[in-house]
Amino acid sequence: MSELFAQLQRRDRSGEDCVSENGICPDWIVDNLDRYVDPFWDHVYLTLTSVAIGFAIAFGLALLAHRRRWLVAPIVQVTGILYTLPSVAVFFLLLPLTGRGNTTAIIALVAYSLLILFRNVIAGFDNVPAESKDAGRGMGLTENQLLWRVELPLALPEIMAGLRIAATTTVGLAALAFLAGAGGLGAALFADINFRSNVLVAGGLAVLLAVALDLMILAFQWAITPWLRAAT
Amino acid sequence: MSATLAFLGDFGDAFDYIFNSRESEAGGARVGGSELLPLLWTHLKVTGVAMAIAIAIALPVGLALGHSGRGAFATISVSNVGRAVPSIALIAFFVAFFPSTPEFWNVAVALALLAIPPILTNAYVGVRQVSRDAVDAARGMGMSSIQIVRSVELPLALPLIFGGIKTSTVNVIATATIAPLVGVLTLGDPIISGTVHGRAGQIGASIVVAALAVFAELGLSAVQRAVTPTGVKLERGASARAPRLGTLKRRIQTVP
Amino acid sequence: MTTANTAQTEGPSASHEAASLEFREATKQYPGADRPAVDGLTLEVPAGEICVLVGPSGCGKTTAMRMVNRMLDITRGDILVAGRSVRDRDEAELRRHVGYVIQQVGLFPHRTISENIATVPKLLGWDKRRIAARVEELLDLIGLPADMGRRYPAQLSGGQRQRVGVARALAADPPVMLMDEPFGAIDPINRERLQNEFLRLQAELRKTIVFVTHDIDEAIKMGDRIAVLQQGGVLAQYAPPAELLMFPANPFVEDFVGADRALKRLALQRVRDVDLWTAPLVRAGEPVSEARAKLASSEVPYALLVDDDDRPLGWLSDRALTGERVSAELMSTPEPMVELDDVLRDALSDLLAHQVQYGPVLDHQGRVVGVLSIELLADAIAEPPEGE
Repeated sequence: MSELFAQLQRRDRSGEDCVSENGICPDWIVDNLDRYVDPFWDHVYLTLTSVAIGFAIAFGLALLAHRRRWLVAPIVQVTGILYTLPSVAVFFLLLPLTGRGNTTAIIALVAYSLLILFRNVIAGFDNVPAESKDAGRGMGLTENQLLWRVELPLALPEIMAGLRIAATTTVGLAALAFLAGAGGLGAALFADINFRSNVLVAGGLAVLLAVALDLMILAFQWAITPWLRAAT
Repeated sequence: MSATLAFLGDFGDAFDYIFNSRESEAGGARVGGSELLPLLWTHLKVTGVAMAIAIAIALPVGLALGHSGRGAFATISVSNVGRAVPSIALIAFFVAFFPSTPEFWNVAVALALLAIPPILTNAYVGVRQVSRDAVDAARGMGMSSIQIVRSVELPLALPLIFGGIKTSTVNVIATATIAPLVGVLTLGDPIISGTVHGRAGQIGASIVVAALAVFAELGLSAVQRAVTPTGVKLERGASARAPRLGTLKRRIQTVP
Repeated sequence: MTTANTAQTEGPSASHEAASLEFREATKQYPGADRPAVDGLTLEVPAGEICVLVGPSGCGKTTAMRMVNRMLDITRGDILVAGRSVRDRDEAELRRHVGYVIQQVGLFPHRTISENIATVPKLLGWDKRRIAARVEELLDLIGLPADMGRRYPAQLSGGQRQRVGVARALAADPPVMLMDEPFGAIDPINRERLQNEFLRLQAELRKTIVFVTHDIDEAIKMGDRIAVLQQGGVLAQYAPPAELLMFPANPFVEDFVGADRALKRLALQRVRDVDLWTAPLVRAGEPVSEARAKLASSEVPYALLVDDDDRPLGWLSDRALTGERVSAELMSTPEPMVELDDVLRDALSDLLAHQVQYGPVLDHQGRVVGVLSIELLADAIAEPPEGE
């Protein structure tokens, strides 16, 4: 942690009244915006990678459990434990195995998102109207065709809802990734935790990122579900 | 091979740290073992205060909104925004913008704000999903709004409400871990101050925090089961996978 | 009746004639149950006919139907479509050649109407142009405008969705159709319309259909042959509707058909089937002597005033027939007026509703061609219907 404390630099605040008063200084913000660029993109990388991997695993598990219902309960138990473990604790429990850096952070973030994603994919499948499945089978769709052509499209709203939650919570958690030695907006924020402008920008960027991801997934969902649009 | 030994060694050392106090890395102070107790106490205190504030605010509001049926949009927005704000940003915000307030209260309020969305959402949905027929019948029998909430909606919403409280509590315990970053010494202190407590301290404290979270989850799950009215348990068993919340569930996600 | 017919050829280019269907001791036994759900069902459905499976809930009618396309496995016995056992065929492939309509329709919410209808043709590999033409043809057949094809199921009414469900089942022109209470979820007014439209379709297409319902009236209306099933999937009687009504095989069938089965038989005949009474048609200004002569030779006690085109204006009072010429002094209006194509049951109900004993019968141009009376209807109830 010594490196972290070493990062605790007192920024050069000389000459600016606003800054030395510890106010919210638009000038300072504009001048120093570029220092947030790298942390921002680090943050994006951490979030997107974690959510993508988490989704891939959760989706795979859901496909497995879809036909073998008895698997649902055990999977929920295991992912539930991973969800309960505080991410910070997980960072350090992984230390001996994966060391410091992005990998540790990503593993912890992935573990956290599994429960939400798995639960939502399963719920999506459960919400497919039974008569559509019966009619589909009766018309001669094989089980695989039924899954990919009927069940998945109709499960999409629930799946997307899970993705949105996972994405926004991962953005929030990724702000702690700096404790594991990864980058991200958390590092920028913590570097000058008492300076209001810094807190505002770093925190604000994180919130904006979360909202942006949320809206993008929502827009994507809207785009690929024309039948839901038609109903409104 | 040596990595595995080192791995085992780290964990072994960590367990030792938990149970036996030792000299700090830099020397001059005692850490670990019973020295952890004050940290645990602070952790529990700040969690307790934050949860008390959160429940006091979120529960009545959630029940009221759920009963009247209004405010779905507001509830969704609160829960969405609540998820988007990083915990450290919120804590830092309070510390930076209210430097004269003691850190403990800054942290407690920040944690309370983090804890509100799940409780609010679950209370709202919990009340909404109470059978409309039961509420209608109650109204028809002449119960006032408050009586309806108290004797019909609240008991039937308890399982979901406790689910929300459970999730919030676990979240707060997890977030309280980073409170030492602003000077409130919880169990996160050994994790963050690695130079003082050493690797054993970091891992050991992580184990303790994780155990605390799991313990809270299990304990509150048991409470959640205990407050589920027997009639509801039977009903649940009968209609095992029926998604009873329908389109409402799609827009407002309850927490596990 | 045409007997067992063309074996079903796979492939999009075959023209499909209706196939015969046969249940041969078909039995469905669930493990652990002490009685079978369907017990040794044996019956033959000639090609092009509607066979209605009817009975109280739990009698196994839906189970029996779902055994035909192997949505449920056959425990013992067999089912033959066009002479070929359904057990021999691959499940998915079999189902693509059997039309399947269920009560809740089960349209795919995420597909347009056109896409829904095109489901099986696509599975069979038809080319795009052929599919598009077929979809257009079917939309026309079920009476929906062509641009409806672009809409989604959520945008259609319940009755429209039901019709799309039928069109979807007909899309690949299957030789056999299975229909499980297809009109059950519709309100009674629209249900009658849908039933009539479907019968009109069937007159054109002549598919072999297994139709399941719990409503005996629907069974009588829709079925060429009716199979009444008792609890436990036992066949109580398999006969055309008239025979069922006149000669119920056992007390169960008698009870199920209902105490008013004589009246139900009136649903099987139309006004044109009855020997109507001659209508004493009289015009204003006619010589009274002529009018009285017509009245004497008719069983109807009152004269009917008509215009120059023989359209009814009303019943004449006795006073109108005094003096030299007939005056247009009406005793009552001509209602209810009955048409040749009306079903006797509806005609009886009209007469009773207006509290009259006689009603003029009109042809398609609205001209009076006879008089129907309660007496004639009573005779019709008592006698066996013509042609049986």
